[in-house]
Amino acid sequence: MAVGVILAALVVGSVIFSLLSPWWFTPLASNWGTIDDTLIITFVITGAVFAVLMLFMAYAVARFRHRDGARADYEPENRRLELWLTGATSVGIAAMLAPGLIVWNDFIRVPEGASTVEALGQQWSWSFRFPGADGVLGTADTSRITAENPFGLDPDDPRGRDDVLVSGGELHLPAGTPVKVVLRSTDVLHNFYVPQFRAKMDLVPGMVSYFWFTPEKTGTYEILCAELCGVGHSLMRGTVVVEDEGTFRPWLEQNPTFAQSLGRRPEQDVAEIRDEVQGEGGAEP
Amino acid sequence: MNPLGSLGAKPWLQPAQDVPAWGRLPFAPAQVGLAIFMAVVTALFGLLAAAYLMRMTLGDWRPLPEPPILWLNTLALALGSAALQRSSTLLRRGDPARASTAFVAGGGCAGAFLAGQIAAWAQLDALGYFVATNPANTFFYLLTALHGLHLLGGLAAWARTAWHLRSAPGARATRLGVGLCAAYWHFLLVVWLALLALLMADDAGWMPAMHHGAGTG
Amino acid sequence: MAQTAFVDEGLDHEHGHEPQGFIAKYIWSQDHKVIAIQYTLTAIAVGLLALVMSWLMRMQIGFPGSLEMVDQERYYQFVTMHGMIMVIYLLTALFLGGFGNYLIPLMIGARDMVFPYVNMLSYWTYLLSVLVLVASFFVPGGPTGAGWTLYPPQAILPGTPGRDWGIILMLVSLVIFVAAFTMGGLNYITTVLQARTRGMTMMRLPLTVWGIFVATVLGLLAFPALFVSGVMMLLDRLLGTSFFMPAVLSQGEMLEYSGGSPLLFQHLFWFFGHPEVYIVALPGFGIVSDLISTHARKNIFGYRMMVWAILAIGGLSFVVWAHHMYVSGMNPYFGFFFAFTTLIIAIPTAIKVYNWVLTLWRGDIHLTVPMLFSLAFILTFVAGGMSGLFLGNVVVDVPLSDTYFVVAHFHMVMGVAPILVIFGGLYHWYPKVTGRMLNDTLGKIHFWITFLGTYAIFFPMHYLGFVGIPRRYFEFEGIAFIPDSAHLLNEWITIAALVVGAAQFLFLFNLAWSAVRGRPSGANPWRSTTLEWQTPETPPGHGNWGARLPIVYRWAYDFSVPGAAEDYIPQNRPPERDAPGLHGSLRAEGAAP
Repeated sequence: MAVGVILAALVVGSVIFSLLSPWWFTPLASNWGTIDDTLIITFVITGAVFAVLMLFMAYAVARFRHRDGARADYEPENRRLELWLTGATSVGIAAMLAPGLIVWNDFIRVPEGASTVEALGQQWSWSFRFPGADGVLGTADTSRITAENPFGLDPDDPRGRDDVLVSGGELHLPAGTPVKVVLRSTDVLHNFYVPQFRAKMDLVPGMVSYFWFTPEKTGTYEILCAELCGVGHSLMRGTVVVEDEGTFRPWLEQNPTFAQSLGRRPEQDVAEIRDEVQGEGGAEP
Repeated sequence: MNPLGSLGAKPWLQPAQDVPAWGRLPFAPAQVGLAIFMAVVTALFGLLAAAYLMRMTLGDWRPLPEPPILWLNTLALALGSAALQRSSTLLRRGDPARASTAFVAGGGCAGAFLAGQIAAWAQLDALGYFVATNPANTFFYLLTALHGLHLLGGLAAWARTAWHLRSAPGARATRLGVGLCAAYWHFLLVVWLALLALLMADDAGWMPAMHHGAGTG
Repeated sequence: MAQTAFVDEGLDHEHGHEPQGFIAKYIWSQDHKVIAIQYTLTAIAVGLLALVMSWLMRMQIGFPGSLEMVDQERYYQFVTMHGMIMVIYLLTALFLGGFGNYLIPLMIGARDMVFPYVNMLSYWTYLLSVLVLVASFFVPGGPTGAGWTLYPPQAILPGTPGRDWGIILMLVSLVIFVAAFTMGGLNYITTVLQARTRGMTMMRLPLTVWGIFVATVLGLLAFPALFVSGVMMLLDRLLGTSFFMPAVLSQGEMLEYSGGSPLLFQHLFWFFGHPEVYIVALPGFGIVSDLISTHARKNIFGYRMMVWAILAIGGLSFVVWAHHMYVSGMNPYFGFFFAFTTLIIAIPTAIKVYNWVLTLWRGDIHLTVPMLFSLAFILTFVAGGMSGLFLGNVVVDVPLSDTYFVVAHFHMVMGVAPILVIFGGLYHWYPKVTGRMLNDTLGKIHFWITFLGTYAIFFPMHYLGFVGIPRRYFEFEGIAFIPDSAHLLNEWITIAALVVGAAQFLFLFNLAWSAVRGRPSGANPWRSTTLEWQTPETPPGHGNWGARLPIVYRWAYDFSVPGAAEDYIPQNRPPERDAPGLHGSLRAEGAAP
């Protein structure tokens, strides 16, 4: 009896804990309310199955515990019951999977008109790059990185000259515009993670990954690294400030373009910039 | 006789009066063990081949020229395989003397194969195809080295069997051992041919060069 | 049939004379029972190391800075070694090398494994891998701190502890372990296929053997992936090749690597890593089925379904690996496929849970310590399995991946749950191994602390994951979104972890004390049906069965058969000539839908 009661108490306690828990999602600050919804659907279905199944087990333990002279039933199988349970489980699984896949389909398709920003990770800091007036990020490669060219931009690529470079780990984003975050790492795996946005993705050296979201609530949020990246992993922090377009524009303009960062005017000849970069850094791919 | 052939049986209904056929495979344990080991080695080389196919799409891949000596090596391995098969047949026919000769020849061919592989390495090294210069090179050295190690392990079993062949040529265990050696040699020949095909196909440019989009912003 | 008769001859011949002397008997032993004990004790010893490391980690998480010795480097080394030891060197070795070695020959009615010499080599190779692993604590820079997944480039770059020597020893140790496992695995499979005694059809095997058998198949096909990735990473580290290494700028220095793919490693690693979960889980599923059936005095419900489910889970486990990589940057379209396969695998798994619970229904449940551990296993496994459905469901994984939700999930489902089965199994089979019972009172204390304690650790931890607290963080200093209450919860979890850890020493004491002072158990203290309880001697002697091998007349679950005098009928008990109607009547009953 006692064991059955304890098992039941544990299940009931778990349900109560879930209902009263002060530990819950951070307030949502992006468009990914659908992820939360999918999670809640999963939570309700799995929670209900867990409670029912385990209460049934607790009851069985209490009800059929050994008594003198008692004898167990002999029932090798029951096809109808087993098929029925398999069917019900499949329905439950489908009910979780279907919304999951629908939202995933949204998650991996960047909407038309999304702006682009690049997050560059290195042990153990963040920097960011906006595509500038042409709306296109210039070609970049880790092997071109020098002290003067920390993003490894290709000086031959005119699309990169107007790219806006943001160092110091603070990113600003305009509220209400979908943004495709393009991810690059110079050394090891990192992960761009802002809990309030729900979305996250690894940065993988040697390739470019991405995810997208729409920041919807203005405010200041922490960027964390969510993929173990060495001893400084827990110190790899950044900040993202979501603000009105009106505040965002002036902030963006404060930051230098690639050309400016080399101490040149934007209209200066591409070839000159290349000489500059290669002459000092000497990094030829 | 298939142990997994009765998965639908309801064991609680099997009448206890007669003891049913219990479905062992009609092979000696060593044969089953070797078959399973070959499955493991197949998984090993299969995974390496998968890694090869994935890695070669990444842009910096420059296939290396296969040294012609590989054809000679392949021939040696094939001859070794045939010799061991011959040895196994002769032993079953009750001709241990000629079986021994064939058996020794099989091992010798395997030794020649290994020497030839090392020669291939030396040639490539002399041409400047070092292990770390390009992943294609690394894969070549890695695949040949792992294959060679498996053959070397086979030679250890071969030496043990050769001893049995000398001391107890008529024993059932010796017959079994010679048969197992032959089977393992065939297996390693097939693995080698598959590896060679992979390397050749790559070299000949038959593999589709998939675009991976690395390194661009 | 001629070939199979040959097997028996060989075995009988080989086991005709028993090895003499302490060293031949207990050190260089080829007896599967001795090898099983060697495996078990080694695994427990190295597991204690991992347990202590978890204490030190928890101290840092619950009470940051309280232990001066736990700095960032050591913290990540503990994270890594705790994980690797628990998954590979404890769980895999104990389930297959320990339980597998002891139980397979006894449960199928064989005298030993079919290749006893290889079996012995398997243990000594395993010990070598453990020693290489432990050696990494004593080399300059210490063991690797790359996390148990050993993701490159991080694992072999500066900025990660143990980058000089630790990672090399780790990889070498894993490669050796794979060799050890392969030697053992060949034995387990061949023995199950070819050394079953007369009458022991595959469908009469106890589910323990089925679980271990399929887990071994998975291991033999999955461990090569670990071997391959380990060797390739070793080459990257030692020879500067670029399998997994792209061009990287490590701490201001451009390295020689170029063009390699970190994702290639992840695919290979998880092609091993996911089946590994089931390598640990399937033997647990099997053992718990037998424990429940025996201690509830009732046949396992839906035996065929249980076998099919084990096979289905085993097969599916090879096509779900990339669910560990939803946010890895791989082609996102893979997400659809892997979410689908992952959630499908929940169906056979759920069937197993239903059948365990339905076995309890209308049973005659003896709440012995093995039964208690089995019940705890079901509850813990179901809780952890449910949280797996979150992580498998691709988009739900996005906010939760790399948070404490993941830590809570895998600890429940493949850490605590298998350990609970191991405890249940040890309490259950200890009398067969030693001839004595483990102390019941100590066992119950150990049980309640372990069960409730681990639940207290890992159930609330899921909610830290909902908050979004990232895993593998040395400290949470200055992270604003984490509420103070979360730190409080972490303190409680740490206290629970210390208590649970301490309770394990109670168990170790029980193991040692009962071996000498325990109550003599007799041959079959649980009145069990399976063959290992029917040996002529307890503990079983060399060759297990005396002069004649047992003959099997029935399946492993003839508990409480209607009309039978006792509530169990051993598998090797011949049918009574005067009661032919028994199975006939059952047949009629079973035929009705």
